[in-house]
Amino acid sequence: MSDPRQRFENATGTIPERLYEQMALIRRFEVRLLELFEEGVLFGTTHCCIGQEADCAGVISHLGADDVIFSNHRCHGHFLSYTDDPRSLMAELMGRLGGVCGGRGGSQHICYDNMYTNGIQGGIVPNAVGMALAEKMKGSGAIATVFIGDGTLGQGVVYEAMNMASLWSLPILIVCENNEWAQSTPTRLELAGKITARAAAMGLNTSEITSTDGVEMYEHFAPIVESVRRESRPHFALINTYRLCHHSKSDDKRPRDEVEARRVDDPIPKLRARLDESTAARIEEIAAERVEDAIKWSREQPFPELGRHLDALDLVDARGVGGDSGQVQS
Amino acid sequence: MKDNVLNSLNAGLRSILESAPEAFIMGEDILDPYGGAFKVVAGLSTDFPDRVIPTPISEAGFIGLATGAAMRGMRPVVEIMFGDFLMLAADQLLNHATKYPWMYNDKVRVPLVIRAAMGARRGYGPTHSQSIEKHFFGMPGLVVVAPSPFHDPGALLKSACVEDHRPVLFVENKLMYARRLQRPDADGLVAGMNVRSSGGRYPTVSLSFDDFAEADVTLVAYGGMAEIAVEAATTLMMEQEISAEVLLPSSLNPLDLEPLVDAVKRSGRLVVAEESTQTAGFGSEVISSVLPAAFDRLKAAPVRVSSKNLPIANTVTLESEILPQVADIVSAVRRIL
Ligand SMILES: Cc1ncc(C[n+]2csc(CCOP(=O)(O)OP(=O)(O)O)c2C)c(N)n1
Ligand SMILES: [Mg+2]
Repeated sequence: MSDPRQRFENATGTIPERLYEQMALIRRFEVRLLELFEEGVLFGTTHCCIGQEADCAGVISHLGADDVIFSNHRCHGHFLSYTDDPRSLMAELMGRLGGVCGGRGGSQHICYDNMYTNGIQGGIVPNAVGMALAEKMKGSGAIATVFIGDGTLGQGVVYEAMNMASLWSLPILIVCENNEWAQSTPTRLELAGKITARAAAMGLNTSEITSTDGVEMYEHFAPIVESVRRESRPHFALINTYRLCHHSKSDDKRPRDEVEARRVDDPIPKLRARLDESTAARIEEIAAERVEDAIKWSREQPFPELGRHLDALDLVDARGVGGDSGQVQS
Repeated sequence: MKDNVLNSLNAGLRSILESAPEAFIMGEDILDPYGGAFKVVAGLSTDFPDRVIPTPISEAGFIGLATGAAMRGMRPVVEIMFGDFLMLAADQLLNHATKYPWMYNDKVRVPLVIRAAMGARRGYGPTHSQSIEKHFFGMPGLVVVAPSPFHDPGALLKSACVEDHRPVLFVENKLMYARRLQRPDADGLVAGMNVRSSGGRYPTVSLSFDDFAEADVTLVAYGGMAEIAVEAATTLMMEQEISAEVLLPSSLNPLDLEPLVDAVKRSGRLVVAEESTQTAGFGSEVISSVLPAAFDRLKAAPVRVSSKNLPIANTVTLESEILPQVADIVSAVRRIL
């Protein structure tokens, strides 16, 4: 079972170094993804989180083995912070049997241990709140964390879910990554009022941070995660950040000068500046090696076939057994 | 306690809560003393206060919550007050609950039951009377079950909740709540007909005037149309000695084709009755599924009986003109004989 908090605690090196290990891996992974698209070995599209890596490492490094995490279309960074398993993600993006969902889900539809993602804006929030409800009913002590973007605040179901989370005092952390854009639409054309006020109106605890610094993010979220767990109360955490890449693949029509002006906030050089040169270079080298290994491994994986699984009503598990009452192996 | 559909469902829910610790009930206005708009959950919040959760008026939201809870080992049973409101949660069913098991490579199960009160004939008007299940049984990964007074509704509900690991839409025709269960009499007859069941978790019940040997026509119906179809069969027998065999599936998706094909092969004629409108409905589905397997035995083109392609009016005269009646089934049969 993935245990990002344990992994983070067990890692050697300073806190900035540990964060840099995750963030450098995410960056390298996604830069290579874009190259692989050019090469034509990936399917469909993909949403990179270049510029937002501090959110992934800064939040997820506080989550334990029992905690649940739900992410969205822009989920690779969250996934790598959670699992530290670039192979299974790369193979999924290449549509291979060895991928995390055997090629069925692709970039936006992933499930790994207690992590889930879906590419529909908003609907994952009630799902994650329901998971928090289940964990509370089971008395597991786990919390659920869900990541959404600024544009997703346009979905009514987000507010239905926040209302119930607050009413029923559920251990849910909603992380809103406000990167100022939703696809091609800037926040000023889609969002009225103050974001945190929306959550505060329903009685959620709220917080706000404007940063792309991994260490600041990590320190900011330590007490937040702790309080959601201790108080079993919902918390809405707003991160003001910026997307430095395209929305999906190569579709960036934002003003060039706006984007260029934000490169000073690039989280990778920002955190790198806290490390000594040789340590940083070594971390980058390892990240590059791991990504190349994932690519090589994934290319060798076969493509999946439907086999006898021809109806979604047939519950067939990984061993090909189950029928309509198939239980999930754990 | 009356031996009716309502009490059967209520007892089924009670039995679910007693036997499955991971089960809980969610929905609008379900606490006692009110006990739900149609009283199906009456008494349960008193006896299981932590497991009957009253929700805000947020159909998409609480079906979304129930989906998440189901993925984490719970067995939620959600009540939708009027089935018409299910469309508000259509995205949760289409892009969430039914997608997760397959798209996650079978790593998760979503054992979720959504009970929805559908159907008309009570004067609730255009937005509170529809039978919209046809919009859902074309959704891959969703089981659609509809009990009738000829089934054991409470037992079906319990199977859906504690045995099935898939999302189930459980369609309850609201006129049916007050109807007595149709149990075999001392001679083993139901409505004067022999009865048999296909067995399994969601059985198809068949009624026949002889011993399931010959019939002039096969009538297929479900839910609230079940009693209407049986009444039509009785009328046809009494007035013209036309022998209709009635088949009442409880699972609309997946459809158990075997009993349907068997019956149509013997009768050569098929009439399907449903309360919903006709296009892309239950009748279309049954006919196109049965036809390839029984084509060479057909003596006439199959017929669909359904409501008119209109919203369901409030006033009784219009409502009954719009909805399919016993007479519509009777005349459909006469047309193909
Ligand atoms: C219900 C729904 N509507 C539209 C889309 C198409 N879409 C995918 S991502 C996106 C923008 C989301 O913006 P935001 O929530 O700010 O997240 P970001 O992409 O900036 O991370 C849109 C419109 C979708 N996936 N789901
Ligand atoms: Mg955005």
